This record gives sequence, structure tokens and C-alpha cells, in this order.
Amino acid sequence: MNLTLHVWRQENATDSGEFVTYLAKDVSPDMSFLEMLDVVNEDLLEKGADPIAFDSDCREGICGTCSLVINGSAHGGQKATTACQLHMRSFSDGETITIEPWRARPFPVIRDLVVDRGSFDRIIQAGGYVSASTGGAPDANTIPVSKPNSDKAMDAAQCIGCGACVAACKNASAMLFVSAKVSHMSLLPQGQVEREQRVLDMVSQMDQEGFGACTVTGSCEAVCPKEISLDFIARMNREYGRALIKSCS
Amino acid sequence: MNLFTAIFHSTLGKKYLMAITGLLLIFFVIGHMIGNLQIFLGPESINAYGAFLKSKPALLWGARLGLLATVAVHIWSAITLSAKNRAARPVTYKVNRSVAASYASRTMIWSGLIVLAFIIYHLLHFTVGAVNPELLALRDEAGRHDIYLMVIQGFSHPLVSGFYLLSMALLCSHLSHGTSSLFQSLGFRSGQQKIWANRLALLLAWGIFLGNSSIPLAILMGFGKEALK
Ligand code: HEM
Ligand code: FES
Repeated sequence: MNLTLHVWRQENATDSGEFVTYLAKDVSPDMSFLEMLDVVNEDLLEKGADPIAFDSDCREGICGTCSLVINGSAHGGQKATTACQLHMRSFSDGETITIEPWRARPFPVIRDLVVDRGSFDRIIQAGGYVSASTGGAPDANTIPVSKPNSDKAMDAAQCIGCGACVAACKNASAMLFVSAKVSHMSLLPQGQVEREQRVLDMVSQMDQEGFGACTVTGSCEAVCPKEISLDFIARMNREYGRALIKSCS
Repeated sequence: MNLFTAIFHSTLGKKYLMAITGLLLIFFVIGHMIGNLQIFLGPESINAYGAFLKSKPALLWGARLGLLATVAVHIWSAITLSAKNRAARPVTYKVNRSVAASYASRTMIWSGLIVLAFIIYHLLHFTVGAVNPELLALRDEAGRHDIYLMVIQGFSHPLVSGFYLLSMALLCSHLSHGTSSLFQSLGFRSGQQKIWANRLALLLAWGIFLGNSSIPLAILMGFGKEALK
């Protein structure tokens, strides 16, 4: 198949950037979206042009590095799928595809389609950890965890921190990400030591980074490749209130 | 953590404020609608209701000031959060596809601001009397403010009624999202709760739209015509 690509090109963080049109010829429907871009880049390199910079690592949908807004939806709009797992068979011959980077003030573009997601790292640093005792390694499974809590915690722990929630939210809000991290740890016994401080610190860091607020549109949940539920945002709102009440007493 | 900062300067805290003030406004809107529907019981009922409210100035002014503060906090949070949201995406997308987000959810600030304009007009119209001063001078046989006649006269102008109907549609768009969203902000909208919150939002939005709109609509269709003679 042959495709027309409108791709965001930007030299560096200070460049103003623009859309450049490329033709992708003889694309196999079995290629992944990123493989298609690899082919386009080979072509560009042969012509002596700069290849399109984009992020990727595992290419199997588990690391959260790939980050493309494809035709206006984060990761391309296929349910529970990262851009690296999107295949060209979901497009049709002759289609025009617009590819943009994540757009958010806390995710500045470094080059072309690559953004700096250091803001997520700083949110994790603010509270995404648990206290562990020193000494000999304890036996596995010595701490009982109820099945419903363990299931919920594991649902939240699915978050791979790709930032699609921010990219899709009309407010560039990071609530889904932060709520997944807060919920994951507050549901498990290991996370109790910092339970209150964690949610206060992570929310405060999230606000400082300049992410927007949630208006419950549900876009984040719809694009999330790991199907993190909006329920976790409700849980974080509850955890925050609980921490405030505890801090007063 | 300073409690004041945590509530007034955090996104989550401001959403608590929005949710609580929004809930108070919903209670007011319901009460106000029930009071107004007495118009269908005839002049005696609604004029007596008005006179009763006026006879308790402390309560009346307490409620008015309370409402003013509630609206002020709601709007302050709405505007500051919207500004923060806008600033969070300085460069917008070329292709915009709003995935999953309902129209009502994307336009909350606009439905809210137009409802605000409506509230101001409504107060000038029926409370302050700045639009048609003669409306407030109307008296019934018992010497009370003739609210019945005021409403019938006020809504006999199709343009005025049209603006009321439009505003009700927007308020109900606001509520169709806001009523469910407030449970999310307060942290009670998981699993089954979400289904009930959405049902309640739909019921409330339609109930308030139909209830309030029935008054100008009925008057446009000739209800209370004889009072105008
Ligand atoms: C009778 C008047 C009003 C009622 C009953 C009402 C009710 C509500 C409710 C229940 C919410 C949900 C709170 C939450 O998401 O936690 C809400 C949100 C909101 N309101 Fe209002 N509101 C009213 C007037 C206004 C006005 C005048 C404005 C204009 C500035 C406004 C702007 C907003 C905004 C921007 C939101 C946030 C939307 C969101 O989070 O999705 N509202 N309102
Ligand atoms: S590259 Fe790892 S998830 Fe896409």
C-alpha cells in the first residue's frame, strides 16, 4: 500500500517546527506502524536527509516508550494498543496519515516526535516508592493481600507511563497516570507507610509540573493502551481527601 | 501540608470546591423550580409563596448571600482551573479527535459562562426589576407583589422566553455532565456507582429542563392569558 504522511518535524526544543509531507511507498499491511516509519527513514537516509526522530524501545507494547498521536488520537485509536503494536492493516491504501508528538507543556518536544517525559519521572520521585525493611531477604508471600485488593492493585500497576492519557486529554491532565500510581501502592500493605504523604506529594508535583485538571471527559481511559480505568481517578480523589483529613487530626 | 493550600491551590482541592458548590447549586435549582411550578396552581399560591419568603428577611438575605458566595467559589474554581488547563497545552494538535469525550463535557466552561450571563439577566429581570421596572410594581388584590402576573407578562415576549429556554438547555447540558462528574471529584464514582451517577445526571438534567421550560412554554401557548387583560 501507498500512504501520504504529514509528519511534525522540529530540529530541537527551541525550533518552531512544521509539518512535512512524505510518501510511504510499498508499505506492507503486516508492518507495524513504527516499522513503516523505519522504512520511510531508510529512504530519507539514502537521500541524505535527516530521518524522522521518534521514540521506541520494546516494540511489543510493554515499555511505554512509543508516543505518537496518529490522526488525532494517541497511539492511533485502536483499543488497548500502543503505537508500536498498531499494524498497517488498520489503514487503507492511499490514506493520508497525520503524525504528531504528545502535546503538553510538561512534555516539551526535544526533536520531531520525541518529547521529554521527565515530568512523569519527577512525579514518581515525589512519592512512587515504598519503605522496605533492611536485613535478610524475607520469604516470598509472607504478607497476606486480599484477592480483590491485589486484583485492583495489579490493574493499576498495568500503567506503563507512556503519557497517552495526557496526550489525549483536552486539558493535558496527568490524573490517570498519577491515580494509577497512587492507587497501585495505596491498595497494597507494602504501600501503607507513605500512604498519605504519597498522594499529597505526587499531586503537588503533578500540579507544579503544569498538567491540567480532570474534567471527567473519559478520553484518557479510552486511549490508554493498558485500559486503566477512570475509577482510579475517583480513588485518588478519595485518597487525597483522606490524607487531608488525617493531616488535620 | 497546609490545609488551605491543599484545597485552594491544588487541582484536586479546587475540584472538591467545584463539586461541593455545584451540589449546593443543584439543590437550589431544584428548590427554585419546585417553588416556581406553583404558578400552575394559580395566582394565590405563588403570590403567597413570594410574600412568605419576603416576610423572613433574615432567612432570605442569608440564603441570597450564601448563594452568592457559592456561585463565586464555583466560578472562581472554574475559571482558574480552565486557565490552567488551557496553559497545559500551549501547542494544539493539527488533527483534533475528541475520543470518548461528550459534547457536554467539552463545553462545561461555555455552558457555565452563558448560564452565568443568564443568572445576571434573570436577577435584573425578576428580582431587581431593571429590565422592566413596572413588573416589580404589580400588586394583587391582597396588596402583595403579583408574581403570577409578573411572570405571565415577562414571558409573553417570545424573545425573552426564547432566551430562558436556551439558557435552560445549556444549564441542563452543564448538569448532564456535572452531576456525574461531582461524584468523581469527591471520590465516589467507581464501578456500580458510576452507573447510578450517570443515571442521576440524566434524570436531573431532563427533569430540570422540562420542569423549568414548562413555564415559559405554557405562557407562550396561552396559559394565563386572561390575567393580562
Ligand atoms: C446554577 C448554576 C450552576 C450549577 C447548578 C452548576 C453545577 C455544576 C456541577 C454539579 C459541576 C460538577 C463539579 C465537578 O465536576 O466536580 C459543575 C462543574 C463546572 N461548572 Fe458549574 N454549575 C453552575 C454554574 C456554573 C457557572 C456560572 C459556571 C461558569 C463559570 C460554571 C462552570 C463550571 C465548570 C468549568 C465546571 C467543571 C467542569 C468539569 O469538571 O467537567 N458552572 N457545575
Ligand atoms: S515501544 Fe515499548 S510500548 Fe511501544
